[in-house]
Amino acid sequence: MNNDLLFDFNVDKAAKTVYITREFNAGQALVWDAFTKAELLDQWMAPAPMRAKTKYMNFEVGGRRFYAMISPDGQERWAVQEFTSITPKTNFKMYNAFADKDENRELPGSEWDYNFSEQNGITKVDITIFNESFERLEKLLEGFKIGFTITLKNLEDLLASLS
Amino acid sequence: MKPDIFQAIADPTRRAILTLLTIQALTPNVMAEKFDMSRQAVSKHIKVLHECDLIKPEQSGREIYYHFNAKKMQEFDHWLAQFRQNWETQFNQLDEVLSTIKEQKK
Repeated sequence: MNNDLLFDFNVDKAAKTVYITREFNAGQALVWDAFTKAELLDQWMAPAPMRAKTKYMNFEVGGRRFYAMISPDGQERWAVQEFTSITPKTNFKMYNAFADKDENRELPGSEWDYNFSEQNGITKVDITIFNESFERLEKLLEGFKIGFTITLKNLEDLLASLS
Repeated sequence: MKPDIFQAIADPTRRAILTLLTIQALTPNVMAEKFDMSRQAVSKHIKVLHECDLIKPEQSGREIYYHFNAKKMQEFDHWLAQFRQNWETQFNQLDEVLSTIKEQKK
């Protein structure tokens, strides 16, 4: 981990939007691949000890990625990403929704907008996530929660107190 | 089902009420005046905010004053911190993936 790299995480509760900015110590082409190629996405997109598994991915406008987050005890949480706009190496947008294992989507989902830019060999990625509902945001975290051993207890207590 | 904190703050009027209550405790009547709303409409919002513990009633003489419960709001921030932590973990994993690929290319 490189501590000099920028990491910003902001939530605009009123606008139901999450803003994430992160820099990576790699060229734009490589970072772009890491966000848009299934075999690379599966290597990092799930926070350990969870892992990600892409069933298929057609990275083209109107195409989809169907994937699961899998917990250490084998629980699978499926989701579908539908790509709505692609400007190679610079920007892509998608609509993300949870789904069952047969790819039936649970709406509403969220809109994701990714921007890539490079300066002096450092690539900056800006991500904007718009959620139609806060419940959905909550669910997003719920998905990550499965198998999250260290902080699980705290989080359970918190979710219990919030429900 | 009890409303949760996310439903409570999803409504702009309830957010405005919360903002107002961070400055001072208010009675339902005063809230109704400030927002130019009926007592009934304000009561509905109060009910939602109260049920999820974002505000707390306190009897003072014949009046009930509602206070902002900052502790509850903190829970929301903790929840967000958790969300942030997940992203941090993922991005650190991506750092590893990127450096591995760069090594292989050398």
